[in-house]
Amino acid sequence: MTMQFGGFTALDDCSIRIAPGSFHALLGENGAGKSTLVKCMMGFYRATSGEMLVDGREARISDPKAAHALGLGMVYQHFTLVPSLTVAENLVISREDAPSVIDWRAEGADLQTFMDGMPFQVPLDQPVRALAAGEKQKLEILKQLYLGRRFLILDEPTSVLTPDEADEVLSHMRALCQKGAISVLMITHKFREVTAYADAVSVLRRGKLVGGGKVAELGHGDMAALMMGDAQLAQPAPRSGTRGVEVLELNDIKAQDRTGLKGIRIDKLRVHAGEIVGVAGISGNGQMELMEILSGQRPCQSGQIRVKGSPYSATRREAHRHNIRFLPEEPLHNACAPRMSVSDNIAFRSFDTDGGVWLSGRRMRSRATRLVDQFKVKTTSIDAPISALSGGNVQRAVLARELSGDVDLLIISNPCFGLDFSAVSEIRTRIMQARNAGAAVLILSEDLDEIMELTDRVLVMSEGTITYDAQTAEADIATIGRHMGGHL
Amino acid sequence: MDTDLGYWIIPLAIIGGAIRVSTPFLFVSLGEALTERSGRINLGLEGTLVFGAMSGYAVAYLTGSPWLGVLAAALCGALFGLVHGVICSLPRVNDIAIGIAMMILGMGLAFYFGKPFVQPVAPDLPAISFGWWSDIPQVRAALEVNVLFLIGAGLAVLLWWMLRATRVGLTLRVVGDSTDAARAMGLRPALIRTCATAVGGAFAGVGGAYLSLYYPGSWNEGISSGQGLMAVALVIFARWNPLACFGAALLFGGAGALGPVLQSVGVSEGYYLFFAAPYVLTLGVLIATSSPKRAMTGAPGELSITK
Repeated sequence: MTMQFGGFTALDDCSIRIAPGSFHALLGENGAGKSTLVKCMMGFYRATSGEMLVDGREARISDPKAAHALGLGMVYQHFTLVPSLTVAENLVISREDAPSVIDWRAEGADLQTFMDGMPFQVPLDQPVRALAAGEKQKLEILKQLYLGRRFLILDEPTSVLTPDEADEVLSHMRALCQKGAISVLMITHKFREVTAYADAVSVLRRGKLVGGGKVAELGHGDMAALMMGDAQLAQPAPRSGTRGVEVLELNDIKAQDRTGLKGIRIDKLRVHAGEIVGVAGISGNGQMELMEILSGQRPCQSGQIRVKGSPYSATRREAHRHNIRFLPEEPLHNACAPRMSVSDNIAFRSFDTDGGVWLSGRRMRSRATRLVDQFKVKTTSIDAPISALSGGNVQRAVLARELSGDVDLLIISNPCFGLDFSAVSEIRTRIMQARNAGAAVLILSEDLDEIMELTDRVLVMSEGTITYDAQTAEADIATIGRHMGGHL
Repeated sequence: MDTDLGYWIIPLAIIGGAIRVSTPFLFVSLGEALTERSGRINLGLEGTLVFGAMSGYAVAYLTGSPWLGVLAAALCGALFGLVHGVICSLPRVNDIAIGIAMMILGMGLAFYFGKPFVQPVAPDLPAISFGWWSDIPQVRAALEVNVLFLIGAGLAVLLWWMLRATRVGLTLRVVGDSTDAARAMGLRPALIRTCATAVGGAFAGVGGAYLSLYYPGSWNEGISSGQGLMAVALVIFARWNPLACFGAALLFGGAGALGPVLQSVGVSEGYYLFFAAPYVLTLGVLIATSSPKRAMTGAPGELSITK
C-alpha cells in the first residue's frame, strides 16, 4: 500500500500479512505512517496504490461502512463514546440496525446476556461520563465485539490506562485471539506490550516497512534499532548539584474539581530548590485542578500556598517577584495567544516589565530572534502566527519564554504529550538543565516513563489527593501503578 | 352570585395567565431544546416567532381557517430553521452571529409583509373550557384552555420519550454531545443539526401563530415581547429537558401574568415593575445557574456556548 498527500509520501509500498487469530503489533515513532496505514485499511483514506485482501479475497474499501461490513473495526486512541449517554444507550445506538423505537426492557436483557459472555464487564446503566478511563477503553472494545467485528485495530489502546489496567485489557484481548474469536492489529510504541502480548510485529519508519517478524525471535534492542534507525538522541543532562532550600509549600489545600462533585485535597506538598518532583497519575484524578490552583485559575476553599516562605496567591506580580514559570499542557491553548505572532508570544512574560508605557517593538523582536535561535524553534519568521508552528516548536517557543532569565520555580504539566522523539528528549534536557541550575521543578505527567526518567522524588495523585510519596531511585513501578489505579 | 373574590383573584389569574401566556414560551423552548440538543444554538427564533405570527394571521384571514394559519406558520418557521441550519453547516460560520442576523431578518420581513394585515380580523383558534363545573366567571375564564397549549404539553412528553427511547432521539443526542463519536458512527452531524434546527423553527412558528391567533389575538408589530429570546434562557434553566421546559414555560407564563393581574385588582402604583417580572426572572435564572468553577451538567457537549 502507498499513500501520498500531495508531494509527501506518508506510506511507501508497505505490505503486512496478519494470520487469523493472531495478535499483531505495529511499531513506529510518531509520524512513521502507522495511523495512515490503518486509516487506509478502514476506508478513511483511499490509498494511492496497493490493495487489501480479506480472507484471500480482494476488498475494495471506499468508506468506513464498507470496512465494518467486512468485520473490520477500530478502537481509537481518543474515545468515541458519547459521554452523556449510558453504556447501554451507547451500545445500542452504535448498531447499524438500531430499531427506530427502542424497547429498553428487551434490549437490556439482550445486553446483559452479551455482557455475561464476555471476559470483562462494564456497568450498563452508568453514563459513560462517570466511567474511569480503563472502563471506557474496555467498553470501546466491548462495543466492537458487540457489533460483531472480528478484526480489531487498536490505536495505542493503553496510553490512558494504568499498567495494571493495561495488562488486564491486553491479556483478555490475547485470550480472545487464542480462542480464535478475533484477530488484532495493535498500534503501539511500548516494547513491553509487544513482547508480552503480541505474536508478530511489523515496524514502520518514515512510511516504510523496515522490518518485523515473530516477536519470540526479536529482542527489545532489535526493535528499538528498527524503529529509531540511526537517529541520535540527546541523552538527558546528567544530574548535578544538591537539594537546596524549600521553595514551594502547599498546606491543607482544598478546592473543588472540574465537575464540582468531588474535592481536591492536598495536605502537604513540598518542592525544594535543585530537585524535580513528579506527580504521576491517570488523567482526571485532580492533576489539572492542581495545576490550575498553582497558576491562579482555580480558587482554593481553604489552605495556604507559600513560595520561599511568603504567602502566594498566584498573581502576576508575585510570580514575577519569585521567578515562577509555568509550562501548562497543550501550550498552544493554555500558554499562547494562537493568532498572535511568535515574537509577541515570546514577549508575554516580560512586555509589561521592561520599559515604560510604550512597548519597544525592536527590543521584543531582537529578544525573540535570539531565543528562537537559541532554542532551535523552527518557524518561517518570528512574525508568523504561533498557531502555524508544529506542536514541538510551539512547546520550544514557550519553553524559550519561560526558561529565559532566572528561574526559581518551574511548574510543568505533560510537557511532551504528542511530541516526537527528538523534541521530547530535547525538552527533557532543558528541564534537567533548569534543575541543575538550582530551580525547583514540579512536573505533573501522565507518562510514568517520563516521571521515572526525570524526577528526584515521585508522588502519585489519585482521586484528588496525594497517596504516595517516595524517592524515585527507591520507588517501585508496581507499587506506583497500584496507587495510580487507586487499588491500595 | 357574588363574584367578588377579593385577593383570591391573584393566584387564580396567575394560573389562568400561566396557561394562556406560557404557550409561546413552551413551543419556542421545545424547538430551542431540540436544536440545542443537536449541538447548535438558534438565536433567530425571536424572528421566526414574529414571522410565524404574521404568516399565521395572514393565512388564517385569507382562508378563514385558523388551523391552516398554524400550518403556514409552522412551514415558514421550518424554512427559517432550514436557512439557519444550512448556513451554519458551512465551514467557519458562527451559529450565534447567524442567529442574530436571522432574528432581525425575520422581524423585518414580518413587518414588511404584515402591513396589510394589521386592520383585518382573522378567526381565532378554538379553546376548550375546563371551567364548566364552576359558576364563577373568573374561574371559567382562567380555565379556558387553548388547544395549542394541550398539543404543546403532549409534544413535551413526546419529545422527552423520543430522546430517551427512539433511534432518532439517541442519534440527536450523539450528534449534540460529540461530533467525533457521531462521525465514527457514520452519521452526518451537519445534516442532522440542520434537520433539528428546521423542526425547532417550525415549533417557534407555531408559537408565533398562537400569539396572533389566540392571545393577544391580533397582528401588530409589537406582538412579541421577547419570548423568543427568553426561551433560550428557559432552555438552560430547564437543563435541555423537554418536560422541564414545560414547567419552566408555566413559571415564565405565570410571571408574565403578574403585571396585568395587579393592575386589574386595582394596584395602581408600581405594577409596571411587575410587568418586568419575566425579564427579572430570566436574569435571576441565568445568574443562579451560572458557576465559574464547574462545567454545566446536562449541557450538550458540542454547544458553542458551553465549549
